[in-house]
This record gives sequence, C-alpha cells and structure tokens, in this order.
Amino acid sequence: MTVTAEGPLPARTYDVAIVGAGVVGCAVARELARRPRLSVALVEAQDDVGQGTSKANTAILHTGFDAAPGTLEAGLVREGHDRLGAYAAASGIPVERVGALLVAWDEEQLAALPRLAAKAARNGCDGTALLDPAELYAREPRLGRGALGALHVPGESIICPWTTTLAYATQAVRAGVDLHLNSPVRKVDRNGAHRLLTARGTLRARHLVNAAGLHADTLDRMLGHDDFTVTPRRGQLLVYDKLARPLVRHILLPVPTALGKGVLVAPTVHGNVLLGPTAEDLDDKRATGSTADGLAGLREQGRRILPALLEEEVTAVYAGLRSATGQEDYRIAAHPEQAYVTVGGIRSTGLTASMAIAAHVTGLLAETGLDLGPVREPEPVAMPNLGEAFPRPYQRPDLIAADPEYGALVCHCERVSRGEIRDALASLVPPRSLEGLRRRTRARAGRCQGFYCGAAVRELFERGLPRAGRPTVAEPSAGKPYGRGGL
Amino acid sequence: MTAVRSVDVLVVGAGPAGLAAAARLAAAGAGRVEVLEREARPGGVPRHCAHGGFGTRTRPLSGPAYAHRLAEAADRAGALLRTGLTALDWAPAGPVLHAVGRGGPETIEARAVVLATGARERPRSARLVPGTRPTGVYTTGELQQAVHLFGQHIGTRAVVVGAEDVSYAAAGTVRAAGAEVVALVTEHPRAQTGPVRARAARLRDRVPLLTHTTVTELLGHGRLSGVRVRHRDGRTAVLACDTVVFTGDFVPDHELARRGALVLDPGTRGPAVDGALHTSRPGVFAAGNVLHAAERAGTAAAEGTRVAGAVLDFLAGACWPAPGVPLAVDAPLRWIAPNRLTPAAPPDRYLLRTGAPLNRPVLLVHQDGRLLHRTRPRPWTALPNRTLTLTARWAARADPEGGEVRVSTG
Ligand SMILES: Cc1cc2nc3c(=O)[nH]c(=O)nc-3n(C[C@H](O)[C@H](O)[C@H](O)COP(=O)(O)OP(=O)(O)OC[C@H]3O[C@@H](n4cnc5c(N)ncnc54)[C@H](O)[C@@H]3O)c2cc1C
Repeated sequence: MTVTAEGPLPARTYDVAIVGAGVVGCAVARELARRPRLSVALVEAQDDVGQGTSKANTAILHTGFDAAPGTLEAGLVREGHDRLGAYAAASGIPVERVGALLVAWDEEQLAALPRLAAKAARNGCDGTALLDPAELYAREPRLGRGALGALHVPGESIICPWTTTLAYATQAVRAGVDLHLNSPVRKVDRNGAHRLLTARGTLRARHLVNAAGLHADTLDRMLGHDDFTVTPRRGQLLVYDKLARPLVRHILLPVPTALGKGVLVAPTVHGNVLLGPTAEDLDDKRATGSTADGLAGLREQGRRILPALLEEEVTAVYAGLRSATGQEDYRIAAHPEQAYVTVGGIRSTGLTASMAIAAHVTGLLAETGLDLGPVREPEPVAMPNLGEAFPRPYQRPDLIAADPEYGALVCHCERVSRGEIRDALASLVPPRSLEGLRRRTRARAGRCQGFYCGAAVRELFERGLPRAGRPTVAEPSAGKPYGRGGL
Repeated sequence: MTAVRSVDVLVVGAGPAGLAAAARLAAAGAGRVEVLEREARPGGVPRHCAHGGFGTRTRPLSGPAYAHRLAEAADRAGALLRTGLTALDWAPAGPVLHAVGRGGPETIEARAVVLATGARERPRSARLVPGTRPTGVYTTGELQQAVHLFGQHIGTRAVVVGAEDVSYAAAGTVRAAGAEVVALVTEHPRAQTGPVRARAARLRDRVPLLTHTTVTELLGHGRLSGVRVRHRDGRTAVLACDTVVFTGDFVPDHELARRGALVLDPGTRGPAVDGALHTSRPGVFAAGNVLHAAERAGTAAAEGTRVAGAVLDFLAGACWPAPGVPLAVDAPLRWIAPNRLTPAAPPDRYLLRTGAPLNRPVLLVHQDGRLLHRTRPRPWTALPNRTLTLTARWAARADPEGGEVRVSTG
C-alpha cells in the first residue's frame, strides 16, 4: 500500500508502469491489481489523482446511444456503462438513473429524433421513446416554452467523477499498486525495459501504458509514434445552486448537430444543476480558464432550455479540456515490439468507458507479451458517499451515535462533517491540497465557497483535528448550552 | 425515530438579530426560548469583524466584543444558546424543524420560529468573474476568519473588489495580516463609504481606489498571479497580486426560508415580511440580514428586539396577519424592507437600497396611481450599498385592500 509524492522513485523494475492517474489510468491500475502476480506502478505528474480532464467533465454515465456504431468507442462506452454502473453500486459511488431527454426545438431537430432512436437501437441502447410536447412537458414542467418533442433515453445517468477515480485508485493501491505522484515523465528510453525519466528520478518497467490524457500524444512521440495530435477542446460549465435542483428531472440534451453535441442542462449527483459545456478548440493544454463570452453564451442557451435556472445563484464555474484528435474514435493502440500500449484520444466518454477501456487495455498488454497470471478479485472498496440521493453521514443517526464527529458540520452549505474531513485526511490516497479535499468531501464546494467554512476547513486540512483538551476556535461545543464566560 | 422536543420559541441563528430576539423573549417570559447556531460560537458575523464600528455611539465596540455582549445578554435573560447545531429543514407541518449536531438528529417543535440566518457575500463564482481557478481568492467573511480567528497566512499583495464599508474593513484585515493592499476596485464612480474613511485609506494607507473599473479576469495557475481590470473607457490593465478579496454584494442566507416555502421578496431575496416581521408562513418570523443583505449589526439587533414583540403578541393569541399589500420599488432603487404592508404595526422606518447614486433624492410613494407620500430623506447623495431610509408615517394612508405600493425616485 504505497503512495509517494516526494523523494526518489523505487529502483525496482515493475512489470507495468501506467503513466497518468486520470480516471482511465486509475481504471487500468485497478484492473491490473486483479492480477496479484504483477507489480504495477501508476505514475502521475500532479499531486493527486484525477486532476486533469477527469475532474472537470459533465459527470454523465452515458449509454452510448449516439456513438458512431461500430467504433471502438461505441463498444467500450456500452460495456463501460454496465460495468461502472455495477461497480458504483458495489462501491458507494453515487449514481442517479435520471434518464435523458433529447429536446427538439425546431422541425429539423424533431425530424432527426427517429433517426437517433434507430441509432440508439443499433448501439444496443433499448427502451428509447419519442415524446410529444404534452408528454415532454409533463416530465419536465419547467422546460422553456416551444419544444416540439423529445427522445427519451432512459439509461443515461449521472455519476460522481471524483469518487469514481478515487475508488479505482484506492482499490488499486490497497491491492498493491504503487502510486507515484508529482512525477511528470520527461523522457522515455528503452534498454530491455522502459526507463521513465521523471522529475523524481528514473522508474523502470517492462511494459508501459500511456494514459496521459491531454499529453498522450507527447508521450507517444517520446516512444517514436506520430499517430495523432491531441487538441484540447475546452468545455466551460456553470454549476447552479442546490436550490435549483427541483427545476429539472432529466439530463436535458440538445439534438446533436454538425457543430457538436451542444449545451446540456443536467442535475448532478451532488444535488446541483449543471449548464454547459462549451466546445472550443484551443492549442494551450493548460487553458482551463473560463471566459466572459463562454459564460454569457451558456447563460443565453440555458435561458431557453430552463428559464427559471437563470434566476438561481451560480455556485461554481469551471472548465475542462477534452482530448480531441480529429478522429471520431479513441486512439488505443498496442505496440507489441515496444511492450507498449497507447490509450489516447479518450474524449468526452472516458469516465463512462473507463472500466471497459481498462479491460481492453489489459487484453492488449497480454498481446504485447505480458503474462497476466491468475486473477484474484481485490477487496471491495466502500467510498464515502457524496451523493444527495443517498444518506450522507449527517443524515445517519447510527453513524453519529457511534462517532459524534459525523454530526459536527463544518461546511454548512454542503453539510460536510468534521468526521468526513478527518477520514479523508487519513485515507489511503489522501488529499494534498484543499482542492483535493474538496473532491473527496465537498467541503468548500457549496454556495458560499468558503465565506463561512473556508478558514475552518483550511485549519483542519493544515493542522488536522485538534487533540482532545486542546482548545481551538473551531471546536464545536457539542450542542451544549452556552454558559456564562464560555466565549 | 428522532424524539420530538418542544420549546416555545426557536430562534435559528445566533447573530445580532437572533441573540437580541432571544434576549428580549426570554426576559419577557416567553417560556422556553432556544437559539440554534451552527457555528462553534454564538455571535454571528461580528465574531470575526475584529474592528470597531459596532455598539452604540456612546459605547463603541469591536465586532467580537459586541458579539460577546449580545450572547451574554441572551444567556443572562435565560435563553438557551446551543451552538454546533444546524437547522436542516422543516417537518411537513407546523413550525417544526429538524436539526443535527454532535448529539445526533433532533426534531424541535416550537410555537413560534424566528429565522435569523443572516447573509453572506457572493463569491467570485456567483459574480461570474471569469479566468482560472487559482488559490488566493476570498470573500471578506473568509478572509476575516482566516486572519482573525485562525491566524492563517493569506498572501502578500491583495486586490480588494469593492469600495463600500465592508471593502474598507477587508482592506484593514489585509493590512492587519501584514500584507499590502494593491488597490480597491469599484465599478461605481466613487467610494460608498464615509469621506473620512475613504480619505484615510487613500492618503494615510496609500491604497489607490480605482473607480469605474471592473475585474474582468483572474490569472494564474496554482496561486493567483494577478487580476485583469477594465476601465469604463475600455482601457485594460493587469494588477499583479497573489490575493483577491470579493467584498460586499451580500445575499440573504435564505435556504431555510425557501425550504419552508416562505414567500420571498424579489428585491431583497429574503423572506417577504410585514412591518412586524411576520413571514408568509404562520408561526414563522424573520429578522436581521436574512431580510436585507446587508445592514449594520445594530439594525439587525434592533429588528431582533422588534420581532420579539410580535412573537410575544402571537404567543398571547394574536392572529396571523393576512399577507397584506406588497411594497415594491422602481429602478434605480433595488429593494425595500420590510416589503409587505398590513394594518398591524408598521415598522419604525423602511430600509432601501439604490443601484445608482442619487443626488438629493426625492422618494415618492404611490398606490394605485395615488401619491401617498413625497419626501427628501437626506440632503446629500444616496449611494449604492449604503442604507437609505424612508419614514413609515404614510403607511396609515395606504389602502389595505388596494394594489401594490410602489416607491420611486423623483
Ligand atoms: C466584513 C464585515 C464588516 C462589518 N462591519 C460592520 C460594522 O463595522 N458595524 C456594523 O454595525 N455592522 C458591520 N457588519 C454587518 C454586521 O456584521 C451584520 O449586520 C450582522 O452580523 C447581522 O446580524 P444577523 O443576526 O442578521 O446575521 P449574522 O451575524 O450573519 O448571524 C446569522 C447566524 O445564523 C447562523 N445560521 C444560519 N443558518 C443556520 C442554520 N440553518 N442553523 C443554525 N444556525 C444558522 C449563522 O451561522 C450565523 O451565526 C459587517 C459585516 C461584515 C461581513
């Protein structure tokens, strides 16, 4: 059970090194952790797992109903949807099976719906249904006026992207995978085994998996391949206040056009409402900023889809970068002569497909000559629940009775207890920043963005829970009556 | 099952409004008066306002001292202050609330509930300020807690967004933390604070005030490296800084009010209340900054005392008033509070806000085209983010069966 973030890397030669601890890299690590005979290293440039595209997406568990039939992506999304759905149920990753509505706002879009239904069927996504306006508005009473109909896709779901990545990483590490953070790979050469030159020294591995997300093309070139170029496609999103959640029941999708998938309105498992994303092709892989134009454009589109949403407060604004390659498919390739597998171009469906990609990649690794050895299922993980559809710790009298810290709320907007923050800090893959803590607990992620809790959360993060007897300002007085001189 | 407890009055929020209400209610023999406070200490926002400006003219106090006095007064009067307890939601019927704390869940049934949940500043995200998401971005509330309650390091060069009283308080906190204030930035034509304070900041502390200026982008990966600003004339510049404080732009913390389906006022975004601070939900009153974000602590406390009177009447059997006639404002006025007119006790005065400076404003009160009142409330300029008051003397002339009452500027 090793997570390192500093110091030299181990001198041993691993059987497999995976570069990139995004949702895909972590899924591959978890899959390989099922093979106890393998020694596996997961190498990440940043100080936490899931810091790239994996943390800033639309958090949808896709059915793959609109994938291009016959592509690798279509198959892996379909398979990944089922796999991750089952894994989530077993691991405590929040998923809500809300379903999607593709809303047609003009005749052309309306005419496209039957074709989309047929495509969904070809992608193995059954149960879609065409809705007339009356049925549509009965399902979504707050939808903006003027919709002509919709296609209902019941399987589309919402999921927590942070818990997913963290569950994979936790399970992998617990089963023996070494996670090395703060280790950007700068150069790769091969001398029998791969030698990865990182900021923390050299790491050796017989087989290599490139799951470097936006930088997969760079790493690929280090290995002599010039198969694709990753263009960051920025998606800006607005997260609306929890009080907006009752406004929408389904994922509201636009009918896809030649211009892309368009802007959606969707509930989140954390109880908010998402509006976005934009789609902007850029050339800077660090351009995760939002722009005035982007936000204004989103609001304009959101106003049509769900007018009441615009009256609500915005809780967060973020932007993520998808890995566009100019191809309508993943760029997964095995290079047996190099004992190397590239997992590139994992576009906006990578979260959904992650477990299927991992299984596929494991198969490819075997083809590159890796002896996978026997399977032993790793210990199941039980992730802390961040979802609003399931009981949170503050809602569980049993938990609070056993440990009052779960009743001591620190972050009021998101109702995060000191117990949860303590647990996250003590977890197997602990946060190394307040951002990391936020993704594990939601502390500071709410409408006040720290006005009330920011300093107290930072205090817990930097100094940990106060020991018994040490008075601090942050110590709640257990709901005890306030007594004279108690201030 | 959670046991249901009964109290006479349940006050949510131990800020100035809640504490003042509890003190008066307990002193007047309202029975069992309980205050729920989710923070570890009572006192509300003044707890971390480690500066003067609280208390009375004759007895000026710092925020923490003021908070302490209010808490002691409520305690001495016999109110039960319970901290570390969060009121979560309402039971389906009646003024009954679910709460949680270290002792587990509770359901508290009250004859009357007073919502005194206060206000917060809109953070950067709600203001839709674009750019990257670096660390070093604060609201005044977080900044003050970081510095005054926890002694945390906050950075070395801070830009303060806003130029109202709270912005100057934020600048003071930045300086108290040993950091430099790069500038105060406001899109308004001038500071919205007293001239003495504005001058002192500019001349004594050498803090520039950039007027007609908007923060258009935050820059930096990891830590904030600067903010891009744009002047009204189109010029842009980057102010190098590692900290930015978004001040003012307060919104009521109205979650409980909304969860309880209380009618909200579209202007204040707090619960709509009449002069005696009845909300639309029988048995539920509201006071303090949840009604009008944000006023001074003394105003909130005075409302707490006032609401106590109405609660006592209600406990003594007074009927819940009908919603009455709504009160609304015309631009550039932004809101008015209280904002419902019932024949029951009118307020001492109405509080208003303007969105644009008004030189020697004239306020007009109309109902159904009939002029009820015309007044020049002050001989100088009324500024955005500063309190403007309107007498309630005209209230008796309004028709309780008539249409909406509108306040406009002449
Ligand atoms: C930086 C700053 C400087 C200021 N300077 C001055 C000044 O110099 N002079 C002055 O007069 N005023 C000043 N003010 C304003 C003053 O602080 C407020 O007017 C006053 O605090 C309002 O009182 P309140 O009771 O309405 O709200 P608050 O003080 O905000 O109290 C509300 C309380 O309710 C609690 N609460 C909310 N929801 C729940 C729940 N569900 N369950 C349990 N508890 C809950 C909150 O934790 C909080 O303690 C300043 C404000 C700020 C932010």
